[in-house]
Amino acid sequence: MSLYTDKVMDHFENPRNVGVIEDADGVGEVGNPLCGDIMKMYLKIEDDVITDVKFKTFGCGSAIATSSMATELIKGKTLDEALELTNKAVVDALDGLPARKIHCSVLAEDAIKAAMVDYYERSGREMPESLVGFEPHED
Amino acid sequence: MRVYADNAATTYMSDVAKEKFIECLDKYNGNPNSLHSDGQRTQEVLDEARETVAKCINAAKANEIYFTSGGSEADNQALISAARGLKNKGKKHLITSNIEHHAILHTMAKLEKEGFEVTYLKPQKNGIVDVKDVEDAIREDTALVSIMFANNEMGAIQPIPEIGALCKSKGVLFHTDAVQAAAHLPIDVQAMNIDMLSMSGHKFHGPKGIGVLYARNGIRLINIIEGGAQERGKRAGTINVPAIASMAVALKDGCDHMEENMAKVSKLRDRLIEGLKDIPYSQLNGDPVKRLPGNVNFSFEGVEGESLLLHLDMYGIECSSGSACTSESLDPSHVLTGMGVPVEAAHGSLRFSFDVENTEEEVDYIIEKVHSVVQRYRDLSPYWEDLVNGKREHCIPE
Repeated sequence: MSLYTDKVMDHFENPRNVGVIEDADGVGEVGNPLCGDIMKMYLKIEDDVITDVKFKTFGCGSAIATSSMATELIKGKTLDEALELTNKAVVDALDGLPARKIHCSVLAEDAIKAAMVDYYERSGREMPESLVGFEPHED
Repeated sequence: MRVYADNAATTYMSDVAKEKFIECLDKYNGNPNSLHSDGQRTQEVLDEARETVAKCINAAKANEIYFTSGGSEADNQALISAARGLKNKGKKHLITSNIEHHAILHTMAKLEKEGFEVTYLKPQKNGIVDVKDVEDAIREDTALVSIMFANNEMGAIQPIPEIGALCKSKGVLFHTDAVQAAAHLPIDVQAMNIDMLSMSGHKFHGPKGIGVLYARNGIRLINIIEGGAQERGKRAGTINVPAIASMAVALKDGCDHMEENMAKVSKLRDRLIEGLKDIPYSQLNGDPVKRLPGNVNFSFEGVEGESLLLHLDMYGIECSSGSACTSESLDPSHVLTGMGVPVEAAHGSLRFSFDVENTEEEVDYIIEKVHSVVQRYRDLSPYWEDLVNGKREHCIPE
């Protein structure tokens, strides 16, 4: 069996939603170059719905694939629905990741949460309880 | 196009090695410890292989060659023998470098737990250990210096004759892990004052699971594997004659054609280096001249090595990377960081390792694809974006 599933390789080879949103309503960045991965997510939000999402990722194959899949999973969803996204859901949607790559999916979940925190802070709207005091995981 | 450029990881078995292996399976299947004809015929093949290996590294005697399961076992046995063997003479200090293979580093760590002190020398920026640093590190109670012949990741060739002479003058044992050098670089254990040396069959077109520990006569080896009296009682286990004989012919083949192979392979190496160095914010890791004929190791800033490797693999190019994501740990290559390459640059490293089967056409294909893949992942990288915008500082000059 190869290291990655076909779905991971598909999202690695053809990542969805790559890029930046110049007038994004929320931007989140997690990770750092010393750890070897950085994910940056851009959200466009209208009427509580994520109408557009873009990402850029510096990292390994699974970091790219999890970013891509995470954007697919939240695109068109409401903020409340997106808040429910777990790293496990990303992993499952990719048909699994090797154990030592699970942290990539945690990074993807964190990147989305960081972008949502940024949205609530910028818009001045009340932050949902689950995002209050949000801190990305140590890589 | 498929390009195998990971010969430092392992090589394909050569035709002569395969033929010898099969010949042994067919004709020399006896146990050389058996006294009957089949056993004795096989013993002769084993003796011949031992002679061949001894000659290839100019060992004084064939009985200084011990066959092991590979380079790792040879490294383990060499260090453990030197350390534990000299302990009762008051020697409790060992010297090595921080860019050694884990077979050395993990054995050293084990010896530290047993009470030995280990000095880990950091090489110079070009990946080469300074002989002066070795000299300064040697103490009254130093039992052994172990410095690899050439580095597996970034290819730097170490000053082995100089370290050998130094150790001899100081009365300190000298071991070298020559896994990457054997059959690729000239080795003369007598002229270079090497007391112990490790090599591995599959790094020079021989079979896997077989290696050599050379130990100069007079050095008392300590068994890692106990049992029968094989290998002068120093390595138990029924002798793997097909693998040994096959490895010996592969080694001889490499040594017989060394000069022409070095010329050909280093030309491929230099062609690739030339073709990659115009990628901005990239650097060659390891000395440009004193390096293994087939080794190219580059860092590309702003991108991560595993993604480059995976994408190159889709193009049929097989290489390796020193990024954390290609290792079992979360740390990038200890070799690159050990020689002072910034962590960020170590994450973005690729290693290509050639042999005589590679061609200029393949090298040109690699050059083309590496350019495009680095660009692709830089375009995808928020880190690269920050470097371009000046939000983060470059660690590699343009």
